[in-house]
Amino acid sequence: MTDKEFRAEQRRRRIRNYLPHLPGDILKILAMVIFVFPFYWMVITSFKTLNESISVPPTMFPFTFNTEAYYIVVTKMNWWSYVRNTVIITISVIVLQLLVMVPASYAFAKFRFYGAGVFFGTVLIAFMIPTQITFITTYLTMADWKLLKTLWPQIIPFGANAFGIFMLRQSFKQIPDEIVESAKLDKASEVQIMTRILLPMSKSAMITIALFSFVGHWNSYFWPLVMSTSEEVRPLTIAIEKLKEIEYGIQWPQIMAGNTLLVLPVVILYIFASKKIIQAFAYRGVK
Amino acid sequence: MPERKTLRTCANIVLAISLVMISFGFLGIKINQTKAPVPSSFLIDLCKKVGTPITIIGAVLLVAAIIAGNTTMQRRTKLFDYFPYLLIIPAVAFLVVFVVYPMFNVIYLSLFNGTVMNPTKSWMGINNFKMIFVVKRDFITSLKNTAVYTAAMVIGLIALSLVFALWLQKDRKINNVAQTVFFTPHLVASISCAFIFQWIMSGQSYGLFNTILRAFGFQKIDWLNNPDTAMACIILMNLWKNIGYHTLIIMSALKSIPNEIYEAAELDNAGTLRTFFKITLPLLSPQIFFLLITITTGSFKVFDSINVMTGGGPGDATEVLARYIYKYAFTLNKLGVASAAGVALMVILILVTLIDFKGLEKKVHYQ
Repeated sequence: MTDKEFRAEQRRRRIRNYLPHLPGDILKILAMVIFVFPFYWMVITSFKTLNESISVPPTMFPFTFNTEAYYIVVTKMNWWSYVRNTVIITISVIVLQLLVMVPASYAFAKFRFYGAGVFFGTVLIAFMIPTQITFITTYLTMADWKLLKTLWPQIIPFGANAFGIFMLRQSFKQIPDEIVESAKLDKASEVQIMTRILLPMSKSAMITIALFSFVGHWNSYFWPLVMSTSEEVRPLTIAIEKLKEIEYGIQWPQIMAGNTLLVLPVVILYIFASKKIIQAFAYRGVK
Repeated sequence: MPERKTLRTCANIVLAISLVMISFGFLGIKINQTKAPVPSSFLIDLCKKVGTPITIIGAVLLVAAIIAGNTTMQRRTKLFDYFPYLLIIPAVAFLVVFVVYPMFNVIYLSLFNGTVMNPTKSWMGINNFKMIFVVKRDFITSLKNTAVYTAAMVIGLIALSLVFALWLQKDRKINNVAQTVFFTPHLVASISCAFIFQWIMSGQSYGLFNTILRAFGFQKIDWLNNPDTAMACIILMNLWKNIGYHTLIIMSALKSIPNEIYEAAELDNAGTLRTFFKITLPLLSPQIFFLLITITTGSFKVFDSINVMTGGGPGDATEVLARYIYKYAFTLNKLGVASAAGVALMVILILVTLIDFKGLEKKVHYQ
């Protein structure tokens, strides 16, 4: 058998082995197309003119790439103010949660103290009680504190992240006590123990928690809808929803342009770190 | 050591009493601040009179109980006895102000007829509950809709994610890509998904569903404005959005099942179906129960997609609990009714969680 024949034979065998997979794989590709199609539609609609966006039958590809919708969305609204609000809220929430969560998880994981069960009970209650129940009271509290015209109502209610405390405690518990003890013998301060030993050793839990907070607050709609009573404190999601109310019927290109810009950062993050993100979500489910 | 045990029991009792006193005293302070007259009874009057002192005494007792209790803890070093309390104070403070207090306050508010500007305008007693359960029909409708949505999500998501996970189980490139793709909608803002599906299910001729219908020669349907189809459309969109996440959870559980078990089953000539029902499914039960809890509680609070896609319409066809609460609180400005509905939602969520945990204890197979 010559080399050429051998290779041809090999190729034939590979194809023969693959053949039973073919129908399933075609189905998989079809399913993927169905899953991606809505996003494809969002992007191409944002480049259409208003007339094309409501033409019958719908065009699968825009005639000309028209960036007018983006131009209108970014210039006619206070676009940058909304972007700024969303970014400030998301970053502040993550930083605040970190400052509150790390010491609490450290205490719950590594100290034995009286009443720990009662205090941890409040964390478990927070798991059960959703924002859809707390928003009325929190709104009244914020009105009392005269904070409604600021971004605070969208930040401080999330200071204690129950899911984060729970998860980080779990992760801290897995770190052997001896490591903490020996650090104490070496005269490490408690802050050093937290930042130099515990945090670096629970990186995956930290990434998971930060990721959830980022995605959750970037995309959040219900809470800002309640709390952003004035134009200046509106985040992106609420601003985009308000696009629906523009005159002359539904302006699909503008709505889709706004949504594309909202989705873009998350999708870019996902493209670069899809493996990490998928791991993080799986990690949350298994724990 | 008997003394330590007695001291600890005493501390437990004092702790419980102090928590009751603080709640009672705080209620008194709240009633004193309330403008509307609260019907007087012996307990309420006492509560009003001694509100502030009882709260302070309760707080002192709480601290005393903690100090006493803490001396009974066995520890290697005595150095940092009270340090952990310092560590948890911020977290507990946030949780008390933004979760525990609102949880009780929603019950308090449900007893009043109030507005956002004046939450306790006049005393209603349990009339708000009578209102939503007996007088008005819209709450029951929204409860029914929420139940339908939840049932559909639980059955649909668990069944589909099992199918998807088994389908994509093998470690092949195309499966990894498919998993990544199916997961994407979960990360995207629900309002963006809702807007896209509003186009797909648009009642106009340019909507995708109607384009497909026309291709087969059918009349166009106003999907989201038709009471028969609106809820199904919402469910479809949320299935699309969440299937990837649930597939991922089931899949990571599938991969943790050791191969030897399957090999043993193969040796015993167990068929594919039998292997699935007798081995795979029981071994997946912890994950399936976890999903059951998260899907039920998550579905009971659904809001975003419905508010954008249908706004609860047409009529009441897609009105759900969370939207009902929001609508009554901020659109109709009836805080009492909204709070009563909030209490109902809270009771449901707590019951569901408890029942699920009971089931978790009994039925779930752990390795």
